[in-house]
Amino acid sequence: MFAAQLPPLAQSLFSLLAITSLLLAFVMLGSRWLNAYLGAFALQSWLIALLSAAVAYYGGYPELYGIAVLTALFRGLVLPYLLLRIVRRLKVDRELHERLAPSSSLVVGGLLVLFAFVVAHHVSKALGLAGTVAVLALTAMLSMKLIGFLMLMVRSEVVSQILGLLVIENGIFLGSQILVPGMPLLIELVILFDLLVVVACFGVLVRYLTVHAGTSSTRELRRLVG
Amino acid sequence: MSPGSLVAIILLAPLAAALACELIGAPRVSEYLNLLASIAVFAAVLRLLPIARGGPYTLLHGYIIVDPLGAWVQLSVAAVYLLASLYAIGYMRSIDKPARLHRFYALFAGFAFTVLLGPLMNNIGVYWIAIELTTLVSTFLVGFDKTREAVEAAWKYIVVVSAGISLALLGIILYYWAGSLHLGPTYNLTWAALRAVAPQLNPTLSLVAFLLVFIGFGTKVGLAPMHTWLPDAHSEGPAPVSAMLSGALLNTAMIGIARFIGVIDNVHLGALPRTVVIAIGALSLAIAALFITRQTDVKRLMAYSSVEHMGVMTLGFGFGGPLGIAGALYHMLNHSLNKSLMFFGSGDAMHAYRSKRIGRIHHVLTAMPVAGALWIAGAVAITGAPPFGLFLSEFTILRAGLAGPNAWAVYVMLLLLVVIFVGFLNRFRAMYFGESPQAAAAVTRWRAPRQERFWCLLPMWLALLPLLALGVWWPSAFSHYFSLIAAQLGGGAR
Repeated sequence: MFAAQLPPLAQSLFSLLAITSLLLAFVMLGSRWLNAYLGAFALQSWLIALLSAAVAYYGGYPELYGIAVLTALFRGLVLPYLLLRIVRRLKVDRELHERLAPSSSLVVGGLLVLFAFVVAHHVSKALGLAGTVAVLALTAMLSMKLIGFLMLMVRSEVVSQILGLLVIENGIFLGSQILVPGMPLLIELVILFDLLVVVACFGVLVRYLTVHAGTSSTRELRRLVG
Repeated sequence: MSPGSLVAIILLAPLAAALACELIGAPRVSEYLNLLASIAVFAAVLRLLPIARGGPYTLLHGYIIVDPLGAWVQLSVAAVYLLASLYAIGYMRSIDKPARLHRFYALFAGFAFTVLLGPLMNNIGVYWIAIELTTLVSTFLVGFDKTREAVEAAWKYIVVVSAGISLALLGIILYYWAGSLHLGPTYNLTWAALRAVAPQLNPTLSLVAFLLVFIGFGTKVGLAPMHTWLPDAHSEGPAPVSAMLSGALLNTAMIGIARFIGVIDNVHLGALPRTVVIAIGALSLAIAALFITRQTDVKRLMAYSSVEHMGVMTLGFGFGGPLGIAGALYHMLNHSLNKSLMFFGSGDAMHAYRSKRIGRIHHVLTAMPVAGALWIAGAVAITGAPPFGLFLSEFTILRAGLAGPNAWAVYVMLLLLVVIFVGFLNRFRAMYFGESPQAAAAVTRWRAPRQERFWCLLPMWLALLPLLALGVWWPSAFSHYFSLIAAQLGGGAR
């Protein structure tokens, strides 16, 4: 297992990057401003690109340098730009009616990280990897997943929902860089590309929503029940 | 013909039709192009079925697999695609949006392409992508009417399903990780590779991965409690799209669950994973029963019936064994035919009464004698009454369950099937007989224009007659096919 035989410096670097990415998810959770979400998301993507490069360097996977560049380009620049365009068009700059105030969502987010850690610890112990960076990678992966779901639940602006999904994706990508760096290149490329298509589709749907439903808040979408 | 050229026809025909519809931009040409593609696909799948028995064959450096299970799912998908393409001609002409009709057929053929892609994927990561693609294309079909409700349904659909399916991606990566501890850091995560390495996988990690994958693809299948997108999407899309969603799309996601159950059987985990599968299947039946008995919208009624039947199939795969798998697969084909018929009937009723509300629809046989008769025959069939196919398949699944350790689920299933039978047909009683004779006199016979009538009725006959045939005669060739699939999935395990 790659994560078990790393030099101490690499271990610390990986941990630092994973933890900072997780903290940025909390920045999104604790803010009301859509621009702050976008900034945090872009920064998170850059950190993950850095992580890919670090894994490429320490693990000897040269193809991951390419992934790092593409991650920075797609997730760090193109996606935030596309989302920024949506935000500008909507003329909404903050979350107005969250179901849970940012302060309370931070507390819930903390509990979710705790839960993720328990699961990660349990799994790593079963694999004999307790105390390695694998625990941290798994924790970050699961927590960002749960935080993304939390954002989907408590936020109602369409942009916040898209970002919730993107945080989930970022979490999976972050974890997979550390846990399975040897994953076939094709799969990683297709997933990157897929993300771009997803956001493009969301962009079109947001336009439909504002034009045909007259709203950019999912709180207003309550016609279909039962 | 070789499997390669057949697969090429199956995938390229709808793709070419989609591109041509978009480029040519003429509504009449588009509808026939799409129909032509669906006929080509259906013919190719019929030819592929016997060939796949000799499989599995892999093509394109092992990225495409042709095996009996995939070919069987392709059969149900191709049948629904053909029926829905026929019906779409009549249905879409009468909703009067000629300017965007070519776009509809381009999306429709593109959707068929993505749905046909899924069962052929050998690499699990690429399979996931195929499932994700189906969501992206069909979202725009669900929102095609661009009414407030349609856009709402499309949004809920893409958000709920994308979030759910991301769980499946996480599960797949955990499987890859578990496998990489034995196969080295870089390998091809195919179904066969995963099944082969399964006995060595760490049980704890495999269990977490299996649960994530099951919940993830279960969202796409529409199992409760992840079914929330399904009634919205099925009820707001145009009728042919609803038929494709219910009869084709759900099956391609179900095949993933069936294959993962085959994998998890080889991990030393005891009965736990199968118990989870069975419990979720039973819960889907229970949720469907609750919503069916109190339903006021005719298309949502059909949608909850899909939740029910996906639950039945999940129970079949969960009970396992050659009998359970055979029952589930037979159920898949029967349900695809039957649910198409039901959505076609609701589409006709919506045109005749200009409403989806069950309370506004009454004395259907007066308004549309032929289509109405076919529709109620379908309603009797879908509740699992003999002599139709679903009775046989549900009975087989019940028998499979009784032989296994989870016999409690059989009694739950039986009870809920009775509740659904009563609840579902009670809704139809309201629509066919109504309260007062005065209201009956007010109903006038609804007649679609002559040409459209042909396109609307033909697919309903084509769905009902095989359904009746499959109810009285279980071909022995099918049994042979099912036992091949059961062997491939390691179906001996209980």
